[in-house]
Amino acid sequence: MRFVLPEVEQRLARLEIPFNRDGIDPFGLSRDHLAKFLSMLTFFYRHYFRCTARGVENVPVRGRAMLVGNHSGGYAIDAGMLIASAFLELEPPRLAQGMVEKFLSRMPLAGTWLQRTGQFTGLPEHCTRLLEEERLLMVFPEGARGTAKLFVERYSLVRFGTGFMRLALATSTPIVPFAFLGGGEAVPTVVNLERVGKMVGLPYVPVTPYGLAVPLPVHVELHFGEPMQFRGTGNEDDVEILHKVDDVKRKISTLIDRGLRRYAPT
Amino acid sequence: MKVLVIGVAGKIGQRVAIGLAEHGHQVLGIDRRPWPDAPASIAVSECDIRKRAAEDVFRTEQPEAVVHMATVTHLTAASSEDRYRINLGGTKSVFDFCHRYGVQRAIFLGRHTYYGAAPDSVLYHTEDEPPLALETFPELADLVAADLFAGTALWRYPEIDTAVLRVVYTLGPSRSGTLASFLRGPRVPMVFGYDPLFQFMHEDDVAAAIIAALESKLRGVYNVAGPPPLPLSLVAREAGHRALHVPEALFRLMLGRFGLPRLPPGALAHVKYPVVIDGSAFKRKTGFSHRHDEYRTIEAFARAPR
Repeated sequence: MRFVLPEVEQRLARLEIPFNRDGIDPFGLSRDHLAKFLSMLTFFYRHYFRCTARGVENVPVRGRAMLVGNHSGGYAIDAGMLIASAFLELEPPRLAQGMVEKFLSRMPLAGTWLQRTGQFTGLPEHCTRLLEEERLLMVFPEGARGTAKLFVERYSLVRFGTGFMRLALATSTPIVPFAFLGGGEAVPTVVNLERVGKMVGLPYVPVTPYGLAVPLPVHVELHFGEPMQFRGTGNEDDVEILHKVDDVKRKISTLIDRGLRRYAPT
Repeated sequence: MKVLVIGVAGKIGQRVAIGLAEHGHQVLGIDRRPWPDAPASIAVSECDIRKRAAEDVFRTEQPEAVVHMATVTHLTAASSEDRYRINLGGTKSVFDFCHRYGVQRAIFLGRHTYYGAAPDSVLYHTEDEPPLALETFPELADLVAADLFAGTALWRYPEIDTAVLRVVYTLGPSRSGTLASFLRGPRVPMVFGYDPLFQFMHEDDVAAAIIAALESKLRGVYNVAGPPPLPLSLVAREAGHRALHVPEALFRLMLGRFGLPRLPPGALAHVKYPVVIDGSAFKRKTGFSHRHDEYRTIEAFARAPR
C-alpha cells in the first residue's frame, strides 16, 4: 500500500471498530480509506502544522463523548487536526467522527471519501446512533458560520447552535470542550466570495491576501478542557438549553484566551 | 394454520410456500403466473388477485393467514398505469378480502427502497421515518403508496394482525430481483465518484423472516434486514463482475446499452446514495436471525447457473 505510514497502519489495527474481512464496518467505514486519510492527516499534523495537543488526557479513551470546540480557518483544518490528535495521541487510538455539511455529501469522490472515513452527513439521527454505539463525535456548534470567520475575527466565537446540547442530554454524553488555535493564521481569510461559491456548489470561497486559500505552514494548537457532564432529557425549554450552551461556550472561550497567552504561529 | 400466499409463483413466494408447508401449515397459493412444479400439497390457483376467482379462493378456503407479495417494480411492469393497478388495486383487494372472510393475520411484503436514496438520507432508517426523494423517482411512488396503504389496515381492520415488512434487496441462487438484475451483466455500472452501501439478504433468509413474522403474530410496520451492508464496488467484485465507473452525464446515456442494465432515470439516486435500514426491532419481536452472511449470499448468487 502506498501513501500509508507504518505508524498509521499499526495504530489503525488498534482502533476499536468492527471491520469485516475486507476492512469495512457496518457504517461503511473502510480500513484502506482510513489508512490513506489518516496518513495524510498525520503528515499535516506532525510536519506541516506541527500541531501540539494539550490536555489530551481529558478525552475519554472509551465510551461515548462529544468534542465541542471553535471553528478556525476557512475550511475544516480544525477537524482534520482533531481527528489526527485523537488518533495519534490517545492510547488506544480513537477515531473522531464529524458531522459534514450536506453539500459535501452530495459531491462525487468527496462524499464517498467522507463516508468511508466516518465523516457522515450532519443529521441528528447520525449523532444519536454514533453516540449509542459509544463512538467519539466532533461537533463545531458554530457550523459554517464558524469557518467563514475572517482573519480579524479569528478568535471570536459566533452564535452556537443548540442541537448538540439537546443530543448530549438525551444520550447522557460527556462534552469535552476544546480550543483550536492557528487556523485563522493558516488561512488568513480577508473576504469570502459567496456568489463565486454558489456557482461551484460551495457556500463561499475564502480569499487570502495571496489569493487562493492554500493553508500556510504555521504552528497550530489544540487545547482540551475537562469533560462537562450535563443532566437532563434534551426536551428542556430553550432558555435552559441556552444556559447550558453558554457554559460550554464560555469554557471554550477561556481555553482560547488561556492558550493565546503563549501561542505564537511560528 | 391455513395460509394463503399471494404471488406464490415468484421466487420468494415459492420459498415461503414450501417453508410454510415444511413447518406443518396448510398452504394455498394465488398467482397470475403458473408454478408448474409446485409440490402436490400446495394448491395453486392461477388467477388475478383483483378478480372474482381470487375472491372465491378466500370464500371457499377461508384462510387464517395471508401473505401478500404480489407487487411489481418498474423492472417487470413498465407502464405506471399497470403498476398502480397491480400494486395499489391489488393491495386494496387483498385487505378487503381478508376483512370480509375473517382472515386473522396478514403480511404485506414491502421494500426498503420505500425510504428513498438521497445525499441527506440517514444510515439505518427506522420504521418511523417518512419516504424521501419520491419526486426524483416516480417509478417508486406506487410501491410507497401500497406500503402506506397496507399500513392503514392496522386501524381500518383492527381485528386482523397486519404486518408490513420493508425488506432489503434479496440475492441468491434464483438470480432474480432488483439487485440481481442490476448485477447480472459482466459489467456493473457505477456513477463515477460514488460507491453507496447496498444492503441485501439471502432469499432463503427472506422467506424464513416472512414465516417468522407469521408465526409470531407480528403486528405493525417493520424493517427486515440481515447482514450489514457492503459498498456496491465490493458487491460487484465479490460477484465476479467488473465495476465500470462512468461519469454521471454519460451514465444516463449508457444504461440499457452495451450490455448494461436498464434503469429509469430516478433510479440513479439509488446508485449514488445508500438506502440502509435498521432491522433490529423485527429481530427483537420475532427472534429471527439470518443464516447467510453477506459473502455467502453473494457467492450463492454468483455460483448459481445463469
